[in-house]
Amino acid sequence: MAATTSEIISAAPAGRLSRFGHYVRRNPVVMVGLVLLAILVLIALLAPWLTVDPLQLSPIDRLKKTGVGDHLFGTDMYGRDVFARTLHGSQISLVVGLCVAALSTAVGLTIGLVAGYVRLVDAIVMRIMDGLMAIPGVLLAIALMALTGASVQNVILALTVIEIPRVVRLVRGVVLTIREMPYVEAAISIGTSFPKILIRHILPNTVAPLIVQATYICASSMIFEAVLSFLGAGTPPEIPSWGNMISEGRAYFQIAPHIIFFPGVFLAVCVLVVNILGDGLRDTLDPRLRRRM
Amino acid sequence: MFAYIVRRLLATIPVIGVVAVFVFLLLHLTPGDPAAVIAGDYARPEDIAKIRERLGLNEPIHIQFGTWLWSLVQGDLGISIFSNLPVAKLIQQRLEPTLILALATTILSILIAVPLGTIAAWKAGTWIDRAVMLFAVAGFSVPIFVFGYILMYIFSIELKWLPVQGYKPIADGLGPLIQSITLPTIALAILQSALIARITRASVMEVLNEDYIRTAHAKGLAQNTVLIRHALKNAAVPIVTIIGISVGLLIGGVVVTESVFNLPGLGRLTVDSILRRDYPIIQGVILVFSGAFVLVNLIVDILYTLFDPRIRY
Repeated sequence: MAATTSEIISAAPAGRLSRFGHYVRRNPVVMVGLVLLAILVLIALLAPWLTVDPLQLSPIDRLKKTGVGDHLFGTDMYGRDVFARTLHGSQISLVVGLCVAALSTAVGLTIGLVAGYVRLVDAIVMRIMDGLMAIPGVLLAIALMALTGASVQNVILALTVIEIPRVVRLVRGVVLTIREMPYVEAAISIGTSFPKILIRHILPNTVAPLIVQATYICASSMIFEAVLSFLGAGTPPEIPSWGNMISEGRAYFQIAPHIIFFPGVFLAVCVLVVNILGDGLRDTLDPRLRRRM
Repeated sequence: MFAYIVRRLLATIPVIGVVAVFVFLLLHLTPGDPAAVIAGDYARPEDIAKIRERLGLNEPIHIQFGTWLWSLVQGDLGISIFSNLPVAKLIQQRLEPTLILALATTILSILIAVPLGTIAAWKAGTWIDRAVMLFAVAGFSVPIFVFGYILMYIFSIELKWLPVQGYKPIADGLGPLIQSITLPTIALAILQSALIARITRASVMEVLNEDYIRTAHAKGLAQNTVLIRHALKNAAVPIVTIIGISVGLLIGGVVVTESVFNLPGLGRLTVDSILRRDYPIIQGVILVFSGAFVLVNLIVDILYTLFDPRIRY
């Protein structure tokens, strides 16, 4: 996509951030993704006002079908409102997704920058990362959860641990290419300090691929959270997360499929939105990545 | 070639080493006393002491690691806390459903994804391409258990074509086996084929821009010949790589799918032992799965030389 001269001139004096905003506005996929994500965040934030109490037990209302009475999505085996639980479930998914994305990129970025630049650290750190990556993600997360016990914080920590090696790999790869660039050599030759080279010259190059990677991490963490809860090693059972709802509802699957249908669909749509956003960001921020993925 | 294989084999040693250390530390990273965690909330002090003794937790940590590693090398994965049976034996008993499910899924995924990805690349920019890409993103986004329950609802409960859950071993004959693993295989294959289709499309698209493809077209070869003999063959390396990497995803998927469809495989063993805090089994299963993952990627690396003679080591 060739930019016209006037576009280049108008974009040139602008800062990095406004140029990013410019690209985002131009890409419809990113816009659609952002708008849908904003709606999901709004649903999560407004859930307490939009619905009844998700924990309210009501023995006489057990297993009500979808749309019966006041229950838009029906009720579950304890008579709890599935609509309220589904909407509240989005809070857990979004919090886990966003926290894991932020934490794992922050930690992975730090390790990756140092590993890419200091050869001795690189040799040791990358062996450890290779080892961690050889353990299938779900198993590693399950094992960590089995050790630490069920809680939302532990889910976030366990998922962060399994995502860090991937971020480190990505950042290290960028650093290895950039540090051979003439401008880094120039910076070294005029005596720029080591931290300054890392932060001023190398760090900015990692931003675009990291934003894309963070989006994918957010999407996969939402699935992982649901998987962990589904297997009984995730968020504590009293919290209405989508994984917990599906896990509890499966015993009633044949007579009341709506208990697992609604959280399942919400989870799938939520992950789809974030993945589409990731694809859009990738095409916008780093066209070279498009060929690789 | 031989030297390369030896070098590649040696390179897996540190990886397996890190996995082994991690799996060993798993028990010792537990906040508090691992024996107390295993024993549960209602254990008496003498029960905890017994578990400490049995796990050798009273020894210094390097001795523990040495003992553990030595028995590991001999194929001894320890004794299950819950059932008192050797972990290696328990794993062996559960191997069949998992292996069959993983193999069937990989074959089905390749059969679906490679043609889809190739057609999408050939028809890049058309509705066919968009449909394939949509499938790829959706396949990535719909969790396996959601998809598994939808399949089960349609084909087992509504149409009653296939059994709802359960597994028929290969010893009972091929027919019942295929019936029992059809739905789990489809559910799992969606995820894996989404990934493979994406990479196939990307790498075939790249190859289609090459000069030799234009030459092949110019000399009047049929479209199919160009696509299969010239494009796909040259795009094979990234595709085979991603099939190797997707085994990691597949293993995670197996754990979930076996729970959804109630298959008595390694995945169910893992989940059951987590609920019972049976650490020797958890450790053993992680080791076996990670070992399989490393082995598959080792084989993939060696296969490169067959697909692309330009790669010489």
